[in-house]
Amino acid sequence: MSDRKLDFKQRGLNFEMLMWIFTRFSALGMYLLILVGIIGAMVMGARTHMNMADVLRWGFMPNISHVSNTELVDIAPWETIFWQLIGSALLLLAVSHGVHGLVSIVDDYITTPGGRKIVRLISIVMVAFFSLVGLGILWNYKPF
Amino acid sequence: MRLSRNVSMATGLRYKGKGPMLTFVLHRIGGLGIASFVGIHMMSSYFGGAIGQAANVIYQNWAFQLVIFFCALFHAINGLRITIMDLWPRSLEHQQEAIWIEWAVFIPLYGTAAYIILINGLAG
Repeated sequence: MSDRKLDFKQRGLNFEMLMWIFTRFSALGMYLLILVGIIGAMVMGARTHMNMADVLRWGFMPNISHVSNTELVDIAPWETIFWQLIGSALLLLAVSHGVHGLVSIVDDYITTPGGRKIVRLISIVMVAFFSLVGLGILWNYKPF
Repeated sequence: MRLSRNVSMATGLRYKGKGPMLTFVLHRIGGLGIASFVGIHMMSSYFGGAIGQAANVIYQNWAFQLVIFFCALFHAINGLRITIMDLWPRSLEHQQEAIWIEWAVFIPLYGTAAYIILINGLAG
């Protein structure tokens, strides 16, 4: 059933198709980054100073505020640029994956071309807004 | 290209898509749950204030944790199945079996977590 007889140019390489494949690959990327976060937490002393819920919370977003109320003695290794970069990558993947998911849900209910254009404009604003808010939290820079 | 649907809401609810349809609906609900939780959580930790504090009280409630963990875990496990099956399309013939495996992974994981959340939540 999966014999592809279509030429590459005829397969319909458009934005929707690219976002379809992006949704899959960003999911794989998020699994990888969460795994990096959990393994990193184990290396940095989570085995003896954190419980499972704290480790998962750190894994879902490696931000220092997620471990500040655990029994960790030294939180210096948890707030390095490495973890800020991992967190930023996870944030950008999650925001674009999530907002695209919202668009594809809304597309099932808003079916006019004009309505869909408005939905897309709103989605672009949402991606920009949540990316900036998240990066502001992660890098501790709050202009507003 | 307006989509015309001749199906009423009641007929739609009676659609018997069984297992795959159930995962589709739960994937959607889970995605909406994660998106709204993460969105509100980011806003409250960025802007803080009294509303941010009120949001934090909600997250600490055991009932909320049960719901959001269901959303996140189901969305993650079902998303992994979708990703694997879409990247290797031949496996789509075995979608029904894949969904059984998915539940076999999900139920023990979620059951354990839900038990712990409930024990801690009801203990105070």
